[in-house]
Amino acid sequence: MRKFDWRTFLRNNAVTVMFVLLCAVCLLYSGQSASFVMYELFGRLSRNAFIVLALIIPIVAGMGINFAITIGAMAAQIAVLWVIEWGVSGLPGMALAALLTVPIAAFFGYLIGKLLNKMKGQEMIGGLILGYFANGLYQLLFLFIFGNLIPLKAPGLVIKGSTGVANTIDLSTERGFKYALDGLLQLPFVQAMYILFAVLAVVTVVLLLLKKMKPVKGAIYLIVMAACVGLVQIPAVADIFSMVKVPTVTFLVVGVLCLFNTALLRTRIGQQFRAVGQNRTVANASGINVDKVRVIAIMISTVLAGWGQLIFVQNMGSFQTYGAHEQVGLYAGAAILVGGASIRKATNGQALLGCVLFHLLFIVAPAAGKNLFGDAAIGEYFRVFISYGVIALALVMHAWSGVQKKKNAKEALTT
Amino acid sequence: MSAEYVLQMNHISKRYGENTVLNDVTLQVRPGEIHALLGENGAGKSTLMNVLFGMPVIHATGGFDGEVLLDGEKTSITSPHDAMLKGIGMVHQEFMLLPGFTVTENIKLNREVTNRNFVSRLMGKNLETLDMKAMSSAARKALDSVGMSIDEYTRVEGMPVGYMQFVEIAREIDKTGIKLLVFDEPTAVLTESEATQLVSVMKEIAKSGIAIIFITHRLDEVMAAADAITILRDGRLVTCRAKQDTSIVELAELMIGRKGEAMVSTEPREVPQGNVALKVCDLWVNMPGEEVKGVSFDVHEGEILGIGGLAGQGKLGIPNGVMSLYDAMGDVEIFGEKLKLGNASNALNAGIAMVSEDRKGVGLLLDQSIEDNIVFTAMQIHGEYLRKIGPFTQKNDKEIRDVANKMIADLDIRCFGPTQHAGTLSGGNQQKVCIARALAMKPRFLFVSEPTRGIDIGAKKLVLETLVRLNREQGMTIVMVSSELQELRSISDRIMIVSEGQLVDILPPGASDADFGLAMSGIKPGEHKKGGDAP
Repeated sequence: MRKFDWRTFLRNNAVTVMFVLLCAVCLLYSGQSASFVMYELFGRLSRNAFIVLALIIPIVAGMGINFAITIGAMAAQIAVLWVIEWGVSGLPGMALAALLTVPIAAFFGYLIGKLLNKMKGQEMIGGLILGYFANGLYQLLFLFIFGNLIPLKAPGLVIKGSTGVANTIDLSTERGFKYALDGLLQLPFVQAMYILFAVLAVVTVVLLLLKKMKPVKGAIYLIVMAACVGLVQIPAVADIFSMVKVPTVTFLVVGVLCLFNTALLRTRIGQQFRAVGQNRTVANASGINVDKVRVIAIMISTVLAGWGQLIFVQNMGSFQTYGAHEQVGLYAGAAILVGGASIRKATNGQALLGCVLFHLLFIVAPAAGKNLFGDAAIGEYFRVFISYGVIALALVMHAWSGVQKKKNAKEALTT
Repeated sequence: MSAEYVLQMNHISKRYGENTVLNDVTLQVRPGEIHALLGENGAGKSTLMNVLFGMPVIHATGGFDGEVLLDGEKTSITSPHDAMLKGIGMVHQEFMLLPGFTVTENIKLNREVTNRNFVSRLMGKNLETLDMKAMSSAARKALDSVGMSIDEYTRVEGMPVGYMQFVEIAREIDKTGIKLLVFDEPTAVLTESEATQLVSVMKEIAKSGIAIIFITHRLDEVMAAADAITILRDGRLVTCRAKQDTSIVELAELMIGRKGEAMVSTEPREVPQGNVALKVCDLWVNMPGEEVKGVSFDVHEGEILGIGGLAGQGKLGIPNGVMSLYDAMGDVEIFGEKLKLGNASNALNAGIAMVSEDRKGVGLLLDQSIEDNIVFTAMQIHGEYLRKIGPFTQKNDKEIRDVANKMIADLDIRCFGPTQHAGTLSGGNQQKVCIARALAMKPRFLFVSEPTRGIDIGAKKLVLETLVRLNREQGMTIVMVSSELQELRSISDRIMIVSEGQLVDILPPGASDADFGLAMSGIKPGEHKKGGDAP
C-alpha cells in the first residue's frame, strides 16, 4: 500500500475539503430537515449538472474555465423565444429548441474560439469579458430587434405599450415546455436507485464476463451497490429521501453527457484536446492544427451549455429574459472548482461532486445565515462571496503549484 | 535506390533583409548515411534546417534561392507538416514530448491507431476510437529498435532526460516512409554511456537505409558516428569531407577559421599576475538556455579575461550568475571579500558592474534620456546624484548633466546631447550608453556581456577600444563574454572556453584555431590524442 499523506491530500484538495466543512457547519445551523435539503438538492442537481459538465472539454484542451458558456445560454434563450413564438409546446418544443440551439450556439462558439485563439493564455478573462460584451448585443436583440423589427405574435412575449421582449418568459403556459423533460418519468428516490443499480449491476456483470473489467473492481462496485440497497431499507435513511422525486430522464441525459465526455476523450480528437491542453508547441510540431482543435473544444462547450440552459429553464418554468444567463458562467465555474477540478484538469466526477457541494451550500446558507446572524441576506451574501472566493482561490493555488517546485540552482540542474 | 542522394540542397542562399545568412550552400546526403553538419553559432546550420523543414519563418521573409531535391526529384517543402509527409523527421534538441502522456501516446501523437465506431462512420475519422492495444504494440516495436526496455505505458513525466531522447527517436522511427532524420544536438543532455548508445542506435537506423543529418558540437562524436561531414562557416560552405579523409584537429580548424584581421590591435604584454580580483568556486547558475554547471576560475587585477564558447553552453550564465540576475549557487570572492549570491544589489554594492547582453531588455530604458540612463543604477543603488530636501529626494540635475557630458565626451557617444532619448541612438551608441551607465557606478570590476552583438563593424571597433582604454588607463579589471572568438582574441589576456556549462580550458589568445575549435566542442586541447573525452 502507498502511504497516505494527509498533508499532500489536504493541499491538493483544499477547496473541496473547505467546502465540505462549510456545508457541514451550515447544515448544522440551518435547522432544515434532511429530507427537505435532499429534495432541494436533487431539484438543483437535475437542472444544473449538465451545464457544469459542459466545462470539461475546454479545461482539458488547456483553455481554462470557459466563462463564455454564458453565450451558449443566450443562444438557448433565443431558441426558446422562437419555439414559444411558434407555439410548439411540450417535449416536441423542447426538442425543437435543442435542435435550434445547435446552429446558433455552434456559430457563436466558432466566433468565441476564433477570438480566444488570438489571446492564448488569457482565455478565461477573455471569455468573461466576452460574456459581458455579448450581453449588450443580446439586449439589443431582445429589446429592439425582436418585437419591433421582427414582430412577435405569441401572447405574453411582448407587453402591450412597451418595447422589446417581456422581462420574464413564461414556459408554464400551454405554449411553453415546462417540465418537458423532468415530467417524463418522475420516480421516488428508492425506486430510481433500484433501477439505476439494476442497470449498473448488469453492465458490471457483463463486463466481468467479457473480462473487460478487473474482478476486484467489479466486486467492489457490486458490494457498494448492495450496501446502498441495504441502507435504504433502514427507515431513518429512507426517510431522508422520502420527499425526493427523481426526474429520471433528466438524470439520464446528464449520465449520457458524462459518457459522451469520456468517450470523446478516447477518440482521435480527444487525444488532440489533451495534447493541445498540455503543450501547444509540441502539439503543433506533431502536425495538429492547434487553433482548429481549440475552436472545436469551445464550440462543443458552447452547444452543451446551451442545452444545459434549456434543461435549466424547463425545470424552472420561466426565466428572466435579460438576466437568466448572466451568472451561468460564474456559478458553473465555481461549482466545478469546488469539486476539486483545477483550471488544467477536470473530470466528470469532479464536476458532479462540485455541483452537489456548491448547491448544498446554496440551499443551507441562507437559513444558516438567518439562524446565526438573524438575517437570511447574510447567508445569501456568503454564498455569492464564496463563489467568487472559490474561483480566486483556485487561480491562486494554480499559481502556487508552479512556485513550489522551485529549487536551488544546483539541484535544479543536477536532477 | 533510384537516386544517388536522398537529399540534395543545391546552392541555397537566404537573406534576412540586408543580412545574408546563407550564401550558396550545398548539402548532399546519401541514403543510409550519417552526415554531420558542423559550424559555429551563426554559421547557418539552423537556417539551412529551417529551409529543409519549410519553416514559416523562411516563407515569411521572402523564401530562399536554390533548389531542394528529394530522391533526385525537385520538390518544394511548404511547411513542417509537409516535410513530415515527405519523409523528413526531426529529433529536437528541446524535447517535443507531452509530460502527461504515456510513452505510447507520445510516440503515436497525432498518428493514433483508431477503430471505426458508429458515430465516426457518420461524423468522420476524428471521432474514431483509439486502439490502445495496437498503438502500444507499435510503440513497443519502435522502442525495441532503439534499444529501450522501458515500459510503453510509463508516463513521460519524471523520466530521466536520456530516456526522453530515445522516446523522441522512437517516435520518428515509428513514422512510416521516413527517409531522412535530422538529429539536432541530440547528445547535449545525455550522459556519456547514453551518448554512446545513441551513436550505436544511429548507426542501426542508418543501416536500415534511413539517412541521418547529425548536428552537434562534439567533434569526437562526429568522428565516431559520421560517414560524411559538411562544415559551414559564416553562412558559406567550407568543405564537405568523407570521414576517412579528415581528422578531429582539421575539423576543429575548419570550423573556426580565420575571420579576417584583428579588429583592434593591442600592444602585446605580460598577462597580469597581480592580486586575485574575482575568485569563483563551483558556480552553478540556472539561467534557462545558458546553464552553468560547476565552474571555478580566478580573475587577476588589471587583466582582461575573455569567456568564449558556443551559444547555449553557459558562457552567458557566468556573469549573470555572479551578478545574481539568475538563480545561482557557489562561492564567489571579490577583492578578497565574500560575495553573497541571491540579490543583485550585493554585487553592485561590492563594486561589480555589468553591461548586459540584453541591451534593450534589461540594459536600457529606451524612452528615457541618455543622462537618465547613465545615472539610473548609480542613483538607485548608491543614492548618488540626488538632493535631499527633508524626507524627500530630488534629482540633482546639474550633477547628472555634468557626468553625462563627461561620459559622452569620454566614450565618444554620438548624439545631439544628453537629453536625447536612448531609443533613438544607433546600436553602437546605445552600447556605449550601457557602458557609461556601468561606469557611473564607479566600479572596480566590469563584466561585459556580448558587447558587440547587433552593432556594425565601425561601432564594434569603438566599443572594443573603449574597453581596452578603460583597462589600460584606469586599470579596470574586465571580464568580456563574447560569441565572436576573433574579438576575444584581439583584446583579451587570457581566454576561457566554456562547453556544456563547464570550463574546458583557459587558452592564450595566440593559441591555434584547432585548439579553440577542440575546446569549444568540449575537448581539452592536447588531450584528444589520448582518445579520451574530457570528464
